[in-house]
Amino acid sequence: MTAEEMYQEIILDYYRNPKNFGTMQHPTVAFRDSNPSCGDIIEMQLEIKDESIRDIKFLGKGCAISIASASLITEELKGKNIQEIKNFNKEKVLKLLAIPISGIRLKCALLALKAVKMAAYNYLGENND
Amino acid sequence: MAAIDVRKDFPILKRKVHEKKLIYLDSAATSQKPIQVINTITDFYKNYNTNIHRALHTLSDEATTLYETARKKIASFINANPEEIIFTKNATEGLNLLAFTFGKDRVKENDIILVTEMEHHSNLVPWQQLAKQQKAKLSFIPVTAEGKLDLETAENLLKQKPKLFAFTHVSNVLGTINPAKQLIELAKKYNVPTILDASQSVPHMPVDVRDLDCDFLVFSGHKMLGPTGIGVLYGKKQHLQNMNPFLTGGDMIKEVSYTETSWNDLPWKFEAGTPPIAEVIGLGAAVDYLQKIGMKSIQDHEQELTAYALEQLQKIKQVKIYGSQQEQIGVIAFNLADIHAHDLATVVDEEGIAIRSGHHCAQPLVEKLGVPATARMSFYIYTTKKDIDKAIKAIKKAKKVFKL
Repeated sequence: MTAEEMYQEIILDYYRNPKNFGTMQHPTVAFRDSNPSCGDIIEMQLEIKDESIRDIKFLGKGCAISIASASLITEELKGKNIQEIKNFNKEKVLKLLAIPISGIRLKCALLALKAVKMAAYNYLGENND
Repeated sequence: MAAIDVRKDFPILKRKVHEKKLIYLDSAATSQKPIQVINTITDFYKNYNTNIHRALHTLSDEATTLYETARKKIASFINANPEEIIFTKNATEGLNLLAFTFGKDRVKENDIILVTEMEHHSNLVPWQQLAKQQKAKLSFIPVTAEGKLDLETAENLLKQKPKLFAFTHVSNVLGTINPAKQLIELAKKYNVPTILDASQSVPHMPVDVRDLDCDFLVFSGHKMLGPTGIGVLYGKKQHLQNMNPFLTGGDMIKEVSYTETSWNDLPWKFEAGTPPIAEVIGLGAAVDYLQKIGMKSIQDHEQELTAYALEQLQKIKQVKIYGSQQEQIGVIAFNLADIHAHDLATVVDEEGIAIRSGHHCAQPLVEKLGVPATARMSFYIYTTKKDIDKAIKAIKKAKKVFKL
């Protein structure tokens, strides 16, 4: 894997112009998570009506991989049924990113996933383990 | 000193990373180890290994002598007495020991604990938690826009008679060398005991505890060519004598009955359980190695490298350097345009170059710099200008990758 393969135009674009970045006034549920080793923070906010994800936004700071991943996740989940987040996993996020991710950068790629899953499970009143 | 001459002593510098020669610019996190230290540790396990301070057999006698000789070397290295040298796991443990003993006995409700805004988490969290437990207040000497301590405010805060003042000698993020002697003198004027975090100074410059006249000082062995798992707490004898033990158990006792225990003499009163024997002896070998080169030479070498690296970094337009760029040693924090430090570190790593990225265990300070993270390069005796040239080249390559 080379740096050029990892930092493709599309990833850099998602980093510099993140999608669904911001905050909503009355989220149905929100969850904030961070990577203690690097200080990256992502908060996911969801507006849910009749189990449908009407709106989803994220807020935070992080590297290109974590911001691109959060952008892609929000785009993917907008409009979906909240139950679908249960089956939304690491493999699906890596597929969305579509770039090689080294082991040490996995936690960057998956921070937003952790946050969105926790938000969903909080909403569904279930435990994440 | 010539870094090129010492490089042959560091086996790891021969290895490759991503098929390129390793350039290690993360010595502020931990230093590499010379073969002399590695061999000393191996030799201990091969020829002397047993517990110390216990049995009467020959091995125990020899191991105890090696252990206590290392203590003497380390004491003399910072101009202390051996009984004032307490072995801990690392600097963090030394600071926790102080918070849980000296600090807890001294700091009561509404008292003030004084630290600075540029502390490593190790010299912040123990005091923050102590303040919470004792319902005391934690005050901070501010860091100026140039990355230095605001000395005027420092005096005003010391005037309020904090119960203790803990601060870092050299910032692990900005490389700022704080005027420790001046601050300690100021603290003395108001009878405030001082705790110096010397993790980033003892490995890189001459440090003399008598000259500084601090009450306590801590550092870690692994940042100064020694093994991990060994740190040092220096304390003035009168304090150590009056303090309660931190951990209790074997080796720190004089006499034990089912109901009562009396404490061992200094320094063993603070060394409960079997200590890291091989690590202490390894640290002794590291001190021998450093002294052979000379701490002044090491300081000069690093100051020269720091000036050189700053000059080269400044030539790259999109690089922002944090800190004063004066009275700075061995550490440079920077960012490349809008690129997150992790992404920069990933690209640089491809060239075999190890730099640090993140908040460097000083999250509040990095937040104060107004960024989520910084990249950091840090140097040591084995770093050369050629290493820095290669790092600069890699940063320029990163500019291309990130389309800057």
